[in-house]
Amino acid sequence: MESIPFYFLAALAVLAALGVVVMRDPVYSALALAVVLTALAGLYVLLSAPFLAAAQVMIYAGAILILFVFVIMLLSPGREGDAPRGALKWQRPLAVIFGGALVAQLALVLLMTILPTGRGLYTPEYLAQIGSTQAVGAALFTDYLLPFEITSLLLLVAMVGVIVLAKKKS
Amino acid sequence: MPVDYLPILVMIAIVTAFAVIALTLSAMTGPRRPNPTKLSPYESGMPPFGSARRRFSIKYYLTAVLFILFDIEIIFFYPWAVLFRDLGWFGLSAMGTFMLVLLIGYVYVWRKGGFEWD
Amino acid sequence: MDFFDNIFTNIYAWLAFWLHELLMGWNLPKDVESALVSAIMIILVIIVIILWMVLMVLILIWLERKNAARIQDRVGPNRVGPWGLLQPVADTIKMLIKEDILPENADRFVHTIAPMIVMMPPVLMFAVIPWGKGMVPVDLNIGVLWIIAVASIGTIGVFLGGYGSNNKYSLLGGMRAVAQMVSYEIPQVLTIVPIVLMVGSMSLVKINEAQSGWFGMQWFVFAFPVGTIAFVVYYLSALAEVGRTPFDIPEGESEIVAGYMTEYSGMKWALFYLAEYFNFFIVCVIGATLFLGGWNGPILPGYVWLVAKTYALVLLGMWIRMTWPRFRVDQLMNFAWKVLVPIALVNIVLAGVALPIFKMIGF
Repeated sequence: MESIPFYFLAALAVLAALGVVVMRDPVYSALALAVVLTALAGLYVLLSAPFLAAAQVMIYAGAILILFVFVIMLLSPGREGDAPRGALKWQRPLAVIFGGALVAQLALVLLMTILPTGRGLYTPEYLAQIGSTQAVGAALFTDYLLPFEITSLLLLVAMVGVIVLAKKKS
Repeated sequence: MPVDYLPILVMIAIVTAFAVIALTLSAMTGPRRPNPTKLSPYESGMPPFGSARRRFSIKYYLTAVLFILFDIEIIFFYPWAVLFRDLGWFGLSAMGTFMLVLLIGYVYVWRKGGFEWD
Repeated sequence: MDFFDNIFTNIYAWLAFWLHELLMGWNLPKDVESALVSAIMIILVIIVIILWMVLMVLILIWLERKNAARIQDRVGPNRVGPWGLLQPVADTIKMLIKEDILPENADRFVHTIAPMIVMMPPVLMFAVIPWGKGMVPVDLNIGVLWIIAVASIGTIGVFLGGYGSNNKYSLLGGMRAVAQMVSYEIPQVLTIVPIVLMVGSMSLVKINEAQSGWFGMQWFVFAFPVGTIAFVVYYLSALAEVGRTPFDIPEGESEIVAGYMTEYSGMKWALFYLAEYFNFFIVCVIGATLFLGGWNGPILPGYVWLVAKTYALVLLGMWIRMTWPRFRVDQLMNFAWKVLVPIALVNIVLAGVALPIFKMIGF
């Protein structure tokens, strides 16, 4: 019973992810990406991590998708396939290499989870008991305090970067 | 608990069904008498020229990036706010450092005119 | 008064019991039976919530037209039903039998799906609101965050509406609408942080309970200065987020016709229109829940209080709409980023510092 929603959401995510790659119109790709991200949020809910799901919807489906859409509009939308064939010839071998590496990595992860492994601390039962927001907060302000503070530096760099990019005097 | 979200799933289904039914019903009852003038995009009565899809200003991109950065900042506020009582002064100082760094960024963006819309 | 206060929870309990009795006769296994009962009850509750929502919005539309007429020294709708009360119903039927025009070269799929996406978020927000004592359809631990997250989905629908119409005004309106919505989402979300800080939970039920002291008058709007500032920032950014008139740049008739709705007609337009009023109503409900004590209040039943507070905010919004001229785009963006965001940030710091001090002196 419990695995039905998982398989539904997983299939939805995979199909939509294929859509992102296959769609000719970049706005359709963005729309498919929104479906992928929302399906992932659903998977987080199934894992008793609603805080993560809400963050996923808020930041990815809400904000990053809007950025993608604005970038598409910035670059003038047009259907793909207008570029002359063979314009990026060297891309093909690179794509094979990196794609192969990704498949190998996925296979490895899959094998590791099929083989018996120990479960981590943050199991769905544990999260459901103490609440996912509390778990995130507790981890953030104890073990991960330094990464948390460094995140603010990262955001600062991003702010400076976007100003330098967008406010260049033409 | 994931079960808590079941009613929301039901709600999504019912609302989607409502929208689909409303649109089909209107497609069935509404007239369909197209003519070239009616179908042409509205441009204040002038014959439309050029494509509607054109390149947009970079200021939209700037707004979107700033939105993402602040959104990420905000998402960190919530776990802190929930655990505020347990964390106490330690949490406040940790969050204060976080906010201070971002405040530098905020002032920088302001000074460089990143919030101007023109 | 207890009778009226608990009337809906009692009806719910009685219906569940009755269903239980009914299914007893079928000799189902115990767990199947209870699962069936809860499934039926969930569907019933959701249907009631949706009907409630539609009723509220029909009243809202009528109220707005009547109110606008009064302020502009007109009479307003007065032909359909008593005091024109049935006007929104007549409008709905009219919209249903109107022609659905799809401009040439427009994207049919995007054009159709956009109003459906725009309508979804406010509906999903209705599900987590505590409408009265024990009357919360879905009590989520992350209640406030759920509302914020779901609200951010609407922007993509607005953009799609502009993009799918093959019209310059539509696309420009859609882009402007998205830029405005995301800009005002920042102060709106920031200003809720002090509330979560004071309560220590994101559940809307807990937030309501925290405001129940002093005969139901311990509302956060009275928690001077933090709560008051938070409420003002919330209300202004909420009005802007849903595009009410002083902030309705995306639909400014004198500039870009009707913005992203320019090429919409018939039922698709009606869905956009409905979504706009759903949004306006729901931000007022959330404002009443977070800052005005929700269903807390003396003497009257809880749900009456919540509806009364919501309509107070609704009328305030209408008053602002009728009396203020429209902002310019640059003023609008400046107001969000240079006025509301710093105020909200200072407010968080204020709350973070003031709360432990209050606790130390034993308040």
